[in-house]
Amino acid sequence: MTPPSETSATPLLELRGISKTFPGVKALDDVSFALYAGEVHMLLGENGAGKSSLMKVLCGAYQADAGEFFYKGEKVTIASTADAQKLGIAVIFQEFSLVPYLDIAQNIFLGREPKGRIPGTIDRRKILADAKRLLDTIGFDIDPSVVVNTLGVAQQQMVEIAKAISQNARILVMDEPTAALSDRETELLFALIARLKVDGVSIVYISHRMAEVFSLGDRITVLRDGRRIDGVRPADVTPDQLVRMMVGRTVDMTYPRNFADKPGELLLQVKGLTSSSGISDINIEVRRGEIVGLCGLVGSGRSEVARAIFGADPTTSGEIVFDGKPISGEPDIAARRGIALIPESRKSEGLALLRSVGDNLVVSALRKLFPSGLFDPRSGQRTADGLIRQLRIATPSARQTVGLLSGGNQQKVVIGKWLAAGAKLFIFDEPTRGIDVGAKSEIFALIDRLVAEGAAALMISSEQVEICHVCDRAYVMREGRVAGHLARNELTEENIVRLGMHHA
Amino acid sequence: MTDITKEALSPPRSFLSQDAIQLFYRLLAVFLICAVLAVLNDSFLSLGNILNVLRQASLTFFIASGLTLVVLTAGLDLSVGANVALSACVAGTVIHTTGSPTLGILTGLACGGIVGLLNGIMVTALRIPSFIATYGMLWVLNGLTYWYMAGETLHGFPAGFRQIGSGYLFGLPIPVYLLLVFLGIGTLFAQRTIWGQEIYAIGANPVAARLSGIPVTRRLLLVYAVSGTMAGLASIIFLSRLNSAEADIGESLTLPAIAAVLIGGTSLFGGVGTVFGTFIGALILTLVLNGMNLLSVSANWQPLVTGIIVILAVWLDMKTRRRT
Repeated sequence: MTPPSETSATPLLELRGISKTFPGVKALDDVSFALYAGEVHMLLGENGAGKSSLMKVLCGAYQADAGEFFYKGEKVTIASTADAQKLGIAVIFQEFSLVPYLDIAQNIFLGREPKGRIPGTIDRRKILADAKRLLDTIGFDIDPSVVVNTLGVAQQQMVEIAKAISQNARILVMDEPTAALSDRETELLFALIARLKVDGVSIVYISHRMAEVFSLGDRITVLRDGRRIDGVRPADVTPDQLVRMMVGRTVDMTYPRNFADKPGELLLQVKGLTSSSGISDINIEVRRGEIVGLCGLVGSGRSEVARAIFGADPTTSGEIVFDGKPISGEPDIAARRGIALIPESRKSEGLALLRSVGDNLVVSALRKLFPSGLFDPRSGQRTADGLIRQLRIATPSARQTVGLLSGGNQQKVVIGKWLAAGAKLFIFDEPTRGIDVGAKSEIFALIDRLVAEGAAALMISSEQVEICHVCDRAYVMREGRVAGHLARNELTEENIVRLGMHHA
Repeated sequence: MTDITKEALSPPRSFLSQDAIQLFYRLLAVFLICAVLAVLNDSFLSLGNILNVLRQASLTFFIASGLTLVVLTAGLDLSVGANVALSACVAGTVIHTTGSPTLGILTGLACGGIVGLLNGIMVTALRIPSFIATYGMLWVLNGLTYWYMAGETLHGFPAGFRQIGSGYLFGLPIPVYLLLVFLGIGTLFAQRTIWGQEIYAIGANPVAARLSGIPVTRRLLLVYAVSGTMAGLASIIFLSRLNSAEADIGESLTLPAIAAVLIGGTSLFGGVGTVFGTFIGALILTLVLNGMNLLSVSANWQPLVTGIIVILAVWLDMKTRRRT
């Protein structure tokens, strides 16, 4: 698998030795990347492989710590988004940056509106005519005076592309552009991409769908852990080979886990669960004593499943049976029955940051600790102190503001509040995000102890290594559905990625 | 494991909690105001004047105490004054027509409570921001009251009923007893019930509160209903004290109640504050107004002074409150 030789032509844009470090993470490590005129260059990698970081460096949103940029063979700097724009680089983000209450023409020419005769006004006729001409060139047949918030995702994307073209973009960066499109819309987008290629526009295309990678890509660059693993042509590889390039992360630590010989009784049974948040026909079972993984790419619906089970998102059909009895309704019902959700964004959804460690630790257990309804601060304090000792939460006292603790200790507080509440099923959404290595293994030891004592855990993680080491088995999600189930002996990173991606 | 237990801990909290420090400042302010007024005016420390201050403060406090709970959830109830007016007129009519003060009192409380519940429904089920929902409610209630009263004034209530607002018991005005009772109930509710604790949690982070299993909708309904019921209670005291009811009696009540809550240290962002603080806030507000009266300062200056005190109090709170 040698990289294609492109010695005949000078790349339109070349990045050499790009590195970017964030506190605690090396997001990009000596990455080189060449883009030729009129090609579609696929960027492939797992969650956190560095695709987004590379994209942000490319468009000037991040400044690289090291590395050089060459435009048509000449050294240039990209230190700001303005620099990138001058070089004709435009990004079509997943979340569109259009102004919802302005019309298409106003959005395309935002900040560059043709001036009318009266100072301070916009030449309405010219802006509409210009927009119309532009939309015609990309083959998008729509009235430019339509307000953007009435458009569907695909149409908004077209407007974004028109806007980029109007700024003379020669390099388009697309981040999973088909993620929210229907098959028909995808076809239209591909037709547009083909047209842009003919015009010599280059496209950096981030995708998780194998089919696209092979049908659309001229070349493929695979990233892993912030490094460039390989550059290949689609004709030279198989999907399996690509998957192998994407995984294969080395683990330098093992997580403590005492696997039970036999799983316990059935605790959670999800049957055909569908919700308006984009998950459909989810079937999942969790038994006491088990840690069950829920994996898949970011956006595949993992968090939505967790929220639906907990009652945080309304479900439209399907059934959840917990501990032998059906359950539905708001989170307070789930919590009272013994389900706990440890949400992904600890700070915004898991804790009241300005309140004390003690307040946060007892908040879910109030009803259990004080069945009479009368709150006794001293007894609450004792419970909190007990949990602080048991979980070894590093805090000077239960009165410390929880926002001042480290990420790992904050996570222990979130888990602790559910211990106090006596939860039986713990749903962890990315439990180790933003937590240092030492705290990670502590969190896993804690989860292991919980399930050993008869509780159960459903664990969402983008860290496949963690899933493979810690889970008894795992479900893999893809585009809002359960794409497959992996038993303990099938639980490998390769299998997770294979199931999580769209195949050719 | 040792890495994180060993990790540098943030400085320990001072001996006094921030709530205690803020309360201390406020008591100090009350003391200073009293000291200054006592020096400047001989009649300030007279029993009659002190009881008068307490009675005045109690009227603001009744409205402000319920409002405190709403503000603790990061909401606002702008309809309290209009609610007092409507409840007073409804209660007054019931007393006039049935001759039963008891029935009138119950109707007044119920009227206030129902209005509060409607506010709660708008905030929870309809997801209208409380500021807007209760602002709209203010106009609706004003409209209802003006239409209902049609420019009339109700007056002349039974002597027994009038005792509630103007009577004395063992030398103390009855509203002062009511003040102490509701100060106790409010404080116990907020600090010593799980509902009170949940209200603080909701104000501190409504999303986290919901995901912690707190029935947020039900608690918000409760809080708005309590705020409305306290407005209903205030309407009874007003009715009994003024011995009359007019459509416009509520117009000067809402803003002072909000001022008392803010001066008392309750944060508009929710999660921070106490009912006792609101009592102190009402007291400071009343003391300053009383002092200005005694010193023959024109009443035209009162709004200006109130505004400055509110801004000063909130600014001091923000400075003492540690940001995270």
